[in-house]
Amino acid sequence: MSSNADIYHEMIIDYSRNPINYGKIENPDVTFHDSNPLCGDSIDIDMKIVDDKVSDIKFHGKGCAICMACSSVLTEITKGKGIEEVRNITKHDVLSELGLENLQAVRIKCALLSLKVLKSALYSYLGKHMNDSQDVDKLKEEAANLY
Amino acid sequence: MQSTQTSFEKLRKDFPILQRTVRDNKTLVYLDNASTTQKPNQVIDAITDYYKNHNANIHRAVYALAEEATELYEATRDKIANFIHVKNREEIIFVRGTTEAINLVAYAWGRTHIQKDDIIVTTEYEHHSNIVPWQLLTQEKGAKLEYIRMDDNGELILDDLTKYLATGKVKLVTFSLMSNVLGTITDAEKIVSKCKEYDVLTLIDGAQAVPHMPVNIEKLDCDFFAFSGHKMLGPTGIGVLWVRKSVLQTMNPFHGGGDMIREVHKYETTWNDLPYKFEAGTPNIADVIGFGAAIDYLTNLGMDNVREHEIELTNYAIEKLSKINGLTIYGTKDISKRGGVISFNFADVHPHDVAQIIDEEGIAVRSGHHCAQVLMERLNVAATSRASFYIYNTKEEIDSLINSLNKVARIFKL
Repeated sequence: MSSNADIYHEMIIDYSRNPINYGKIENPDVTFHDSNPLCGDSIDIDMKIVDDKVSDIKFHGKGCAICMACSSVLTEITKGKGIEEVRNITKHDVLSELGLENLQAVRIKCALLSLKVLKSALYSYLGKHMNDSQDVDKLKEEAANLY
Repeated sequence: MQSTQTSFEKLRKDFPILQRTVRDNKTLVYLDNASTTQKPNQVIDAITDYYKNHNANIHRAVYALAEEATELYEATRDKIANFIHVKNREEIIFVRGTTEAINLVAYAWGRTHIQKDDIIVTTEYEHHSNIVPWQLLTQEKGAKLEYIRMDDNGELILDDLTKYLATGKVKLVTFSLMSNVLGTITDAEKIVSKCKEYDVLTLIDGAQAVPHMPVNIEKLDCDFFAFSGHKMLGPTGIGVLWVRKSVLQTMNPFHGGGDMIREVHKYETTWNDLPYKFEAGTPNIADVIGFGAAIDYLTNLGMDNVREHEIELTNYAIEKLSKINGLTIYGTKDISKRGGVISFNFADVHPHDVAQIIDEEGIAVRSGHHCAQVLMERLNVAATSRASFYIYNTKEEIDSLINSLNKVARIFKL
């Protein structure tokens, strides 16, 4: 049985100590906040969206090493990508980047809080810019199946 | 003088769960007793015995089983009356736990007695269960909720209470006898006597205090008192609300249904006697009986001895933890003013990470906001780690905690 403490490898510790894309964006095109009621971790994500691309993304908030490392990795993956590509980012993209595929259930919410915030931010941006109600319904379904 | 540790260590054999290992064959070190305690065989057996030999509904049927079940159930009420020094057994109401007890008061007392612009006073170190019910009530009534602030030592600033009482608008002051995060023991007698000068009622949340020290309700002289069974060796889902009879008589029922009535007609109902007016429906009979066994267990130990044992453990733990570089302990270090609950943070490591790493060593501590987000804001932290002790904990277990924290320091390069 692999030890759960193995998740605290060098990369996680480094990212949590020196997070990437940490901070706020002045006048973001979209911003979203969410928290984990279980532990009080809280994350805000700001994005600049130019020509349907995420031209800049930053996050800030409080969280454990897992939460901070995953937020760093997620914002790195997202930066520069088109909206549709961001829409297709999955939890596996984040977890595999940090070798956290086998993270225990109780910590998975720490790892995926920032992904939830990112997708919520994206949906709120798309929702405002969509005219077709069918598209909005599809978006809602996608949001409901996030985890 | 022989330390109380030796005699308390013998108790461990009564707790089957303490014999098991966790994770990679590590001995379980259970230090989350402020959350819930483990159960001795005596409690587990009492519940099993009820279901195997006496199971029947209470207060109704005339057959033998029903009589036995009723006697066992009501015996716990008497045990509790003795345990917390209450003269009138009809002032003791069985509820699911402290949360339900406080909600019962907010509903059945609050909805009758709280009007627009009235003030309810609570404190900055309350559990959510002593904040949210009052938010709901004051919002509904257009009343106000105010807080007694806490100083940097984790003690209440009682000048705030004086200030609010002077407005003449305070109807209730509600506070915990011991903080579930800081372990601070509230100077309850002082608060109650101040409130009495203004004829203001007091509610005491005893969830953290009753399991760990002698509590005398006659001496406290409050009007409402709540606590839970599962934090004192008893089963989950059972707790107690005590209400002074003169206050209880002014309260409407909480739930309507069976057992709480005297006569029901199509359009009107008269209520059963106290306390049954407040115990609608078939109660949690088995767990009341299990709770009775827990009270017996603690009575045999003696609550003075329990407190003494925990003082010894807490002193030892604070001394050891204080030596760890970068570790912050919250609350007072004056042991006469605190119980066996120690909240701490370790440098910049998040409490979740601390808890997970030491869990690998078999050590169970709580990490998070401990249902006290108002207090977390006051301390300006997102969360803390919390170790809390009980009768079966030992100094060796505290040594294991200290050793496991060294592992955290290694991983996080502190």
